[in-house]
Amino acid sequence: MILKRRQLLTALPAGLMLSGCDALTRNPGAKAIVSAGEQATYRWHRLVGRDGLAREFGAADISPVFKVNGTHEPTNPEWQALAAGGFADWRLKVSGLVSRELAMSLADLHRLPQRTQITRHDCVEGWSAIGQWTGPQLAPILKAAGLRDGARYIVFLCADDYGGEASKGGLQSTSRYYESVDLVDAFHPQTILAHSLNGAPLSAGNGAPVRLRVERQLGYKQAKYLMHIVVAESLAPFGSGKGGYWPDRGYEWYAGT
Amino acid sequence: MASTAPQIETAPLPERPGPRRVLRHHWLVRATHWAYALAIIILIMTGLNIFGAHPRLYWGDAGSVDDRRGQWLAIGASGPAAARDGWLELNGTRHTTTGLLGVSAGPDGRPSLVAFPHWATLPAMRDLATARTWHFFFAWVLILNGLAWLGHALLSGRLWREILPSRAQLSPAHLWHDVIEHLKLNFPKGEAALSYEVLQRLAYAGVTLILLPIVILTGLAMSPGMDAAWPFLDALWGGRQSARSVHFLAMAAITGFLALHLVLVILSGPIRQVGAMITGRLAIGGQ
Repeated sequence: MILKRRQLLTALPAGLMLSGCDALTRNPGAKAIVSAGEQATYRWHRLVGRDGLAREFGAADISPVFKVNGTHEPTNPEWQALAAGGFADWRLKVSGLVSRELAMSLADLHRLPQRTQITRHDCVEGWSAIGQWTGPQLAPILKAAGLRDGARYIVFLCADDYGGEASKGGLQSTSRYYESVDLVDAFHPQTILAHSLNGAPLSAGNGAPVRLRVERQLGYKQAKYLMHIVVAESLAPFGSGKGGYWPDRGYEWYAGT
Repeated sequence: MASTAPQIETAPLPERPGPRRVLRHHWLVRATHWAYALAIIILIMTGLNIFGAHPRLYWGDAGSVDDRRGQWLAIGASGPAAARDGWLELNGTRHTTTGLLGVSAGPDGRPSLVAFPHWATLPAMRDLATARTWHFFFAWVLILNGLAWLGHALLSGRLWREILPSRAQLSPAHLWHDVIEHLKLNFPKGEAALSYEVLQRLAYAGVTLILLPIVILTGLAMSPGMDAAWPFLDALWGGRQSARSVHFLAMAAITGFLALHLVLVILSGPIRQVGAMITGRLAIGGQ
């Protein structure tokens, strides 16, 4: 009898704690505290691995199928028209805090020195796939445009509207996909604008004509269907201001974990 | 006249210790114990929510629904919408787990397609973004708390005095004796309650010095940023997906320890034991 009462005394706070915790995950104050973890992680990664290179694999490690996630094919007429023309009319704009605005064709990107890297793509959901990406590094393009004072972020605007998935929680309204990185990742040698996967031009599912590869972060940072690169001082003017489609929906902007 | 009374009568007689309260747990041990408890419970529950976003485990560097060569565990649901069966697939063999894995009752009582049931996850509903934010915050708490615990254990000598079993304790006869005592639910009383027995030491050393370092190192190995900074991380486990599998298995082992630990605390006097871990003082003697 006494044992039962004692068991109850220990079980009761545990039960209360669990239901309380679930409510706490929706509390803005608690959210602000736990979000400090992202800043700590970001600073820690920059401290111990600012110049670290993502592991590069061998040809034998390439995944037989590179899983397509997110948008499978943009539905908007602009991208559809560009795709119908083999992306001959596609131009990648570079603007914002730059000395010279650029508008580069696919041929322009091919004329730049190319980098080929076999890397592992880690989805926030937990799966990984290995693929061989080819394209010019982002750094020389940004240098050609010339970053002006105050430049802190490189923002990537895409061609796809994405609706998200109900099971993933958070804001689910359809909106234009975008992403952003800091200058450390933008000028990292493995950060490339990939036009090819495993030796073939990108498929619609994998981001044709060009997607970003920022190899030290998760899959949702690898923005597909690139249309426009904006050099910015602040992320506030873009989307809901958190620096990306998924960051606007509660995911970390710094996705190195 | 010479008295025949023995000399010892004049000396103060060492009293037979009566019931008393003894300082059992240093404040740092108590603080790190509760921080460990909070962090580990939240990490397990948010981890199960995160796992639900992709309830499959693989060996090797890579793996996805489109590449299941290394898959050894999967949780899912199949069948008609009205009567779906939950299943756990281990190395290609399916086991029906309806009610617990794959399909379980949601907060509204209706069947819900989640890998782990809502009562086991934090947040209760599938929410990868929130679960991740909480998981990484408490991962920092776990690491910093673990370093404080380890620093204290090393500097105070508690690691050797109280956590690591002595050579004598590890003799088969002694181990066997402690197993029997545990099975008979004979818990140490009096002075004996002031130090840990060998099974307790093995359990605490196993969790703090083996399982927690494994979950931390496998957790770091899943981070593409950390893999670039410290390339040995994913190599240590034979690839990122292997690290994810080991992370899950170490979590399961820690959950097992937690369950056993709670049962033994409840069986050996929960008020006295939990009280000692809060106030630091354990009541002994007087039996």
